[in-house]
Amino acid sequence: MSTTVPAGYKWWSGGKSPFNVSYGKLMMWYFLMSDTFTFGAFLISYATIRMSQNYWPDPNHVFNAFPGFGHANLPLAFVSLMTFILIMSSVTMVLAVHEGHKMNRRGVEKWMAWTIVGGLAFLACQAWEWTHLITGMHPVLVNGQIEELSTTVTGNPWGAAVPGLMHEGHQVLTPGPIAFGGFFFGITGFHGFHVFSGVVINLIMLIKTRLGHFDQRGHYEMIEKAGLYWHFVDLVWVFVFLCFYLV
Amino acid sequence: MEHSEHVVASPEITFPHEPAANTKRIWKTFWILLVITMVELACGLTIYTIHKNPDFSYSTVLFIKGAVVILSLAKAFFIVSVFMHLGDEIRNMTLTIVVPLLLFVWFIAAFLWDGNSWRNLRNEFNREVPGQTQPAKPEVKKPGALD
Repeated sequence: MSTTVPAGYKWWSGGKSPFNVSYGKLMMWYFLMSDTFTFGAFLISYATIRMSQNYWPDPNHVFNAFPGFGHANLPLAFVSLMTFILIMSSVTMVLAVHEGHKMNRRGVEKWMAWTIVGGLAFLACQAWEWTHLITGMHPVLVNGQIEELSTTVTGNPWGAAVPGLMHEGHQVLTPGPIAFGGFFFGITGFHGFHVFSGVVINLIMLIKTRLGHFDQRGHYEMIEKAGLYWHFVDLVWVFVFLCFYLV
Repeated sequence: MEHSEHVVASPEITFPHEPAANTKRIWKTFWILLVITMVELACGLTIYTIHKNPDFSYSTVLFIKGAVVILSLAKAFFIVSVFMHLGDEIRNMTLTIVVPLLLFVWFIAAFLWDGNSWRNLRNEFNREVPGQTQPAKPEVKKPGALD
């Protein structure tokens, strides 16, 4: 996609949009920019609280499980799969946009369907990960007593290890910073909600494509706008992945 | 050609976009994103390995984390520029989106500074729990309290 504009063209002389995009697309961009600040505020508040703590759980210890592999220690493996699914669905989305530029209805239908499949796969992965964290019990030393805690918004079993103290073959830890669960579930939940609404929007676009609405309209710009939203969801994941799993 | 009958989507568009001839650039970007993600994972696992050694070097870990942040920004650039086609828009359009994001420079610097100062102050004055931010008796904390 490229735009040929004569050299020295006066965009601000009036009588036209100086941005050369439709109103709807421009507003989608501004909406995404405001959403960037919402996510940015969440992630920065998380970073601030994390900075203010002397101890913070190592993500490699918290996120080391993979469905079907039991208690095998596989740090980062599952979240890599989730990241790959989201990048892949971003590619299928941009392919749908590409087919839309060429007014190829069949192509748009095919790639939109794959994008929806990718979105649902990501949501399924997230559901598994949340369930695993909320139901996985870990021995924690609280007031000199060993208690079983799971990762929730009110409990964090991922504190520093108690040297030499084992419980049924597991290293006993102290309670970690309480804020960990709230930030993790809050921010990944907010992102997951965006993925969910993106899947719904993509589903509506697929139905409208099948009904031939965009052929009647003469352009597939709605696919582009839905695409902008979907890529934004992928973009946010880049930073959620960075802040919660990598650093 | 199919796109010769391409209808301009709205009267705001003075110069219509020419559709890309093929999907080469999309797949190239996909491979770039995939390779960057692999490198990021390698960095994450390197940190994991370094952490196994009790006297690891904090500055090495910090350096790797900085590299991962830069790689993530590169990924963001490719997604926005190619997948979201912002790189294909005219300069005015690109700037109206990118310039406001510069606020993040202050936003991140100021808040990380604040968090750091908060920790330093607490470590200096909160003598009852030296080197530990989790209170000894969690039940006296109000639920949802941040520290």
